[in-house]
Amino acid sequence: MENSAVSPPYNYTVVRQFTIMSVVWGIVGMLVGVIIAAQLAWPALNFELPWFSFGRLRPLHTNAVIFAFGGSALMGTSYYVVQRTCQATLAFPKLAAFSFWGWQVVIVAAAITLPLGYTSTKEYAELEWPIDILITLVWVAYAIVFFATIARRKQPHIYVANWFYGAFIIAIALLHVINNLEIPVSAMKSYSVYSGTIDAMVQWWYGHNAVGFFLTAGFLGMMYYYVPVQAQRPVYSYRLSIVHFWALIAVYMWAGPDHLHYSSLPDWAQSVGMVFSIVLLAPSWGGMINGMMTLSGAWHKLRTDPIIRFMIVALSFYGMSTFEGPMMSIKTVNALSHNTDWTIGHVHSGALGWVAMITIGAIYVMVPRLFDRKQMYSIGWINAHFWLSTIGTVLYIASMWVSGIMQGLMWRAVNTDGTLTYNFVQELVERQPFYIIRLLGGVIFLAGMILMAVNVYKTIVGERDTSGADNVLQTA
Amino acid sequence: MSDFWSWFIIIIVALNLLGCAGLLLWNHQISPEEAAKETTGHSFDGIQERNAPLPRWWLFLFIGTLIFACIYLALYPGLGKFEGFLDWTSTSQYEKEVALVARQTDPLFEEFAKVPVEELAEYPEALAVGGRLFANNCAICHGSDARGAKGYPNLTDDDWLYGGQPEQILTSIAQGRQGMMPPMAAAVGNTDEAVRDMAIYVQSLSRPDLANEADKAAAIERAKPKFAVCAACHGPEGKGNQALGAPNLTDTTWLYGPRLEDIEVAIRQGRSGHMPKHEGLLSEEKIHVIAAYVYSLSNPPAQQ
Repeated sequence: MENSAVSPPYNYTVVRQFTIMSVVWGIVGMLVGVIIAAQLAWPALNFELPWFSFGRLRPLHTNAVIFAFGGSALMGTSYYVVQRTCQATLAFPKLAAFSFWGWQVVIVAAAITLPLGYTSTKEYAELEWPIDILITLVWVAYAIVFFATIARRKQPHIYVANWFYGAFIIAIALLHVINNLEIPVSAMKSYSVYSGTIDAMVQWWYGHNAVGFFLTAGFLGMMYYYVPVQAQRPVYSYRLSIVHFWALIAVYMWAGPDHLHYSSLPDWAQSVGMVFSIVLLAPSWGGMINGMMTLSGAWHKLRTDPIIRFMIVALSFYGMSTFEGPMMSIKTVNALSHNTDWTIGHVHSGALGWVAMITIGAIYVMVPRLFDRKQMYSIGWINAHFWLSTIGTVLYIASMWVSGIMQGLMWRAVNTDGTLTYNFVQELVERQPFYIIRLLGGVIFLAGMILMAVNVYKTIVGERDTSGADNVLQTA
Repeated sequence: MSDFWSWFIIIIVALNLLGCAGLLLWNHQISPEEAAKETTGHSFDGIQERNAPLPRWWLFLFIGTLIFACIYLALYPGLGKFEGFLDWTSTSQYEKEVALVARQTDPLFEEFAKVPVEELAEYPEALAVGGRLFANNCAICHGSDARGAKGYPNLTDDDWLYGGQPEQILTSIAQGRQGMMPPMAAAVGNTDEAVRDMAIYVQSLSRPDLANEADKAAAIERAKPKFAVCAACHGPEGKGNQALGAPNLTDTTWLYGPRLEDIEVAIRQGRSGHMPKHEGLLSEEKIHVIAAYVYSLSNPPAQQ
């Protein structure tokens, strides 16, 4: 085992900042999620306040959990991972500081403008043009810092985690700029340069790949570092890393049209989207196999280490939702699932089960090391958090599956005279119990996040202890 | 689609699928020397990477999806202008499903269409079908109980804008109706007072007791001569005209509300009511059954 005797001084300041804010934004974003889940179950909770209504808060929820919580986690962990796996100090510390403060300004601007009703109306790209420009500047700064740090590495090879982080950074830059090409008409209003079907296609090329590169590739980068470090085992297969990385980034770009089945998008584009979604199954599962099999020879840790549990359950949900996605892209399945709660369940099996859980695992690994503590304040609380997250996620996705499939079946039910059996309101009423179960799942998941925040706080204010804090793998 | 774009699509789709196959071809085996070493020898912050080959079941899963992709793109549209050997389009799938439902349900509706509307309105099965058609097609404006809303006529009472006989109901559904009251403020005097006077007069047509109040009686006297311009459509007594769809102003049914303010808005701005044409959206036989249902709402079947 070769370790350079002396590590360069790592820049942890920006990593600490992003990590703390990731915990904060996670709670904020999920709290908004809980509020809008309650509004769907009981519409009176909109209180007839425009800024508090579901339509304004829903984009706030998605932006907060994806870009504030997920984005802070990805930027923080990538700055940590790229330094440690390249054995190099972060390049351009001032630019790195700008990427942190700039990103926080973007988030605060989103939290103000979205409830006020400023929106470009594109899903997951609702922010208006001045904020879009700031995002672009921050992202370019982030890319420069990340890739310049890679250029400073001490060894010829680049670790697989950095491939995924790098692909995520490049693809998100491309997606953000192309989908947000818009013509401003006033300080806070712009119109997309695309129209009609082309606008829809560009939007879902963006939307699908925001999932593919932000929520999949980025978090796979996270997985490839924190899982082997916590399991103290080598990564299962280098070959598998190579094949599934290249296949994933090549194929994901194609699959956007599967969001527009049976629409005015030409049939050929729908078919190509569906075909590549199916081909995407194996490359997606490559990451799951590599993560899970890294634990081979150390399965006993699942019994004793709640952080490993978080990671393995995250990989299980990842595997499940990357199977579900290709299945839902098949036209006949999509004809049942489209526009129903099934889609919401699918998204949250990825968002809560995979993205949030792998992030939580990474935060628990990283916080003691960032703040020179031996371990987290309470391992028991981590275990409690694990069960809260798992139960919350299962309640959420199971209720949405049942609700969504019921919706799809009720919408398509016809009488012998060819008329629809149920009208919309009859179907809506049937959904309410599942909305309440979904809300319960969300509340439980949020409770776990708050427990984590307290645990992180207690760890940081605890006593300094560097005896076991270094991240070096101790192999026999 | 031009030939250029068609070939562009075919080539990049093929390159991407072949690229995946090539990736598997080059990586599905590892050399004996490589296999002999436990790890690649890389170490990143202490993380090593094993030389395990690709899992066989995963390799076959990947190959299976690539074969599926080729077969699907041969059968269905996808490769540019190539339409696929099955000649499938989403439009043809839709048309086939519509035709299937029509084959299953047409005989029933043809039977119903043979019975005159008044008589059909006595058959419970026909009314059940009509009620469902109404719920699917009409309830969005007229309400699921057919009692209408502001601007949308109540179909359960005996008051008809265009007439409640079967012929007239059929015409309303098939051809649609365009109700049009022009702005009349200029014609009644063009002052706020004149509009208010006319509104009070119109209100008094259904509420003669208003004449007992001195100020209202004066307004009624002032407006009465000017009602001649309204009488062109509503008739000299304000009883309306079904040929024009002009409402009867002497009853207590108000399409846009009975308040003085509602009537003033109608006089100032006019009103425009639009019932869309359903011919072409629904078959003649279905319109016939809906008409029977609507007719039954104000002409309930005789109690057995």
